[in-house]
Amino acid sequence: MNAPVHHQTLITPAHPKALASGQFKVTARDVDVYYGEKQAIKKLSIDIPDRAVSAFIGPSGCGKSTFLRCINRMNDTIPTCKVTGLIDVDKRDIYDPNIDVVQLRAKVGMVFQKPNPFPKSIFENVAYGPRIHGLAAGKTELDEIVEKSLRKAGLWEEAKDRLAQPGTGLSGGQQQRLCIARAIAVNPEVILMDEPCSALDPIATAKIEELIDELRQNYCIVIVTHSMQQAARVSQLTAFFHLGTLVEYGDTNEMFTAPQEKRTQDYITGRFG
Amino acid sequence: MTEVRDELVKKRYASERRFRFYGAAALILTALFLAVLLIDTVIRGIPAFHETSVEVDVNVNAADVDPANLPGGNYDKMIKEAFRAEFPEVTGRANQKALTALLSTGGADALRSMVIADPSIIGKTVTVPVLLGADADMFLKGQLTDQTIAPGKATLHVARLEGEEGFVLTGEKTGEEAEKQLGLATGDVVRFQGGAVRVTGMQNGYLKADPVLPPDAAFSTGNFDAGQWDIVSFSVPQANRRINDNQALWLDKLKQDGRIENSFSWRFFQAGDSREPELAGIRGALVGSLLTVLVAISLALPLGIASAVYLEEFAPKNKWTDLIEVNINNLAAVPSIIFGLLGLAVFLNFFGLPRSAPLVGGLVLALLVLPTIIIASRAALKAVPPSITEAALGVGASKQQAVFQHVLPLALPGIMTGTILGLARAFGETAPLLMIGMIAFIADVPQGFTSAATVLPVQVFLWSDLPELAFKSKTAAAIIVLLVVLFALNAIAIYLRKRFERRW
Repeated sequence: MNAPVHHQTLITPAHPKALASGQFKVTARDVDVYYGEKQAIKKLSIDIPDRAVSAFIGPSGCGKSTFLRCINRMNDTIPTCKVTGLIDVDKRDIYDPNIDVVQLRAKVGMVFQKPNPFPKSIFENVAYGPRIHGLAAGKTELDEIVEKSLRKAGLWEEAKDRLAQPGTGLSGGQQQRLCIARAIAVNPEVILMDEPCSALDPIATAKIEELIDELRQNYCIVIVTHSMQQAARVSQLTAFFHLGTLVEYGDTNEMFTAPQEKRTQDYITGRFG
Repeated sequence: MTEVRDELVKKRYASERRFRFYGAAALILTALFLAVLLIDTVIRGIPAFHETSVEVDVNVNAADVDPANLPGGNYDKMIKEAFRAEFPEVTGRANQKALTALLSTGGADALRSMVIADPSIIGKTVTVPVLLGADADMFLKGQLTDQTIAPGKATLHVARLEGEEGFVLTGEKTGEEAEKQLGLATGDVVRFQGGAVRVTGMQNGYLKADPVLPPDAAFSTGNFDAGQWDIVSFSVPQANRRINDNQALWLDKLKQDGRIENSFSWRFFQAGDSREPELAGIRGALVGSLLTVLVAISLALPLGIASAVYLEEFAPKNKWTDLIEVNINNLAAVPSIIFGLLGLAVFLNFFGLPRSAPLVGGLVLALLVLPTIIIASRAALKAVPPSITEAALGVGASKQQAVFQHVLPLALPGIMTGTILGLARAFGETAPLLMIGMIAFIADVPQGFTSAATVLPVQVFLWSDLPELAFKSKTAAAIIVLLVVLFALNAIAIYLRKRFERRW
């Protein structure tokens, strides 16, 4: 396998701040991931900038979700999963035995494919994270965090009068925004999104995409998506995965207009996948 | 479009109809069996919830009661004397004994408590309800024999045989024709003014009868017109029943006088076991059952849930945990008597715990239901969608926080359902408790976890084994109580499931 192609035009006006300084939020070097005997990711290296949206695209089973789940060590819950290589968040090896997984996951939040609010009230859903991390000193502070998070997730206007009602009573799109608010509430720096819109209708999807675009100002966002249009709409950088390898990674516009690899071109023009 | 062949479609529908019919038939058959069982049990058991007593005017004789020791008074004597006084015509030791045998051996209890409650009645005459013995009770409930009373239709002539204890009955005719004319059969009792005789059969061409309630000695002959005498006939001959003709007639008299009282038997729920059916109650067994199940559940619930949570959420998946899982499933299938043997060997013989005690019974039942609870709890934990765990982990909860704050609360309704069903099984379990001595006859209501006790299903077993007819309905009544408790437990299980069930 070839090393991934990195565009020369990596530094673009779309994300000048992060890349100009050479600051990458997440970096990975030679990452291999195995599920038992099966290798899901082969020698993957990537640099993900802060305050930008990076999209992972690729056909099913290409390892994009697997790699995403490595970044906050959600794969730890799968007993057969083994990760080797180096993944740094803020220049700290997250697979270092000294690292606290709980701290890591507070810093690297996650939004899942299917909206999965806790079967509790809307308020409790958002307040749970700050509560277990001791982020709020009192009730009023907790209220503030909840309001701020819901506002950032664009759910405040819809939810402010029904905070005590169960989060599971919301519509699918609202539930997903509630999950985003829940992730934001613990002050993460990176937000991982695993196909966040795949269970939503186009209108709800548009709202989430709008939200992602706003959140980009403050967070490093990594999104896995099956929709190339979505990747084109929301992301500044796109990574194309195929059969466990990173084929191509670079500026989204470049990628969709002038991919350097034939496999990338075949995929984005719909010839396979 | 492809053409579907007609006969294939018909066959498919016919097959479905057949299946529905089989299903409905099986269901109806099951319901029928269940209905028969329940109705039969209820019909048999209902009489045991009622008791009969006779009102007796008792003179509370000061000589028989020591005011310093009220419970120790000779109330039995007072009751018996008072009851005999109700039947002055009954003479002779054997007859008087037969008369007082109608009363329960516990008949004086009511009087004793009256005197203890109000000692001022000593020396006065009071009306006391005296509990009747089980045989009298059953006779009055019609469980021993059917009794029919028919008024005499023709003129009856009764003559005392000279020199022997017998009478001759004639109508306008004698012998077999008299029998026909009077409507008498062997075994029937003829009641007339001043006495009663039982027809014994033909002798020397005359209808002969033995005295039941002998007319006074002066009586030699008498004529009784139609309506002045009657025939009492029993479906069960005297030799085959526990109440003889004399006793039956006395009870009839008491009943006619309105002295017999039929009341709800609170005693059945307040008394422990007894050798006397009319005194036996299920309180001992009920309390024993509650104590036993309390021990069982307070051990099995935390242990079972903790094991299930560990195995399901924390334990590494390797051959050891697989082995443990297989063995837990095996344990659930072990015959319950084996757990009894285990309890006998370990808790009684090795640890020297008291036998027949609810503590040991509870320990054994805890072992018995533990696999059930673990399996049910694991299933409930497994049913919680993994997305909930992921969500909790995703915001930085530790594994333990995710399990105890999110997964376990969601699994709890399922766990409770499984636990209550396990509890119901423990409640109905008999065999293992036999092995640790909970089958002993225990008259006292257990006072604590270590006092000797028995449990409801064992009580059913014990009573069903007793020869007295009266215990048959006690058995059915105990079964009713057991079933009511079990139905209540199941109802709670269903309620909990419906109440706390969450959907995603």
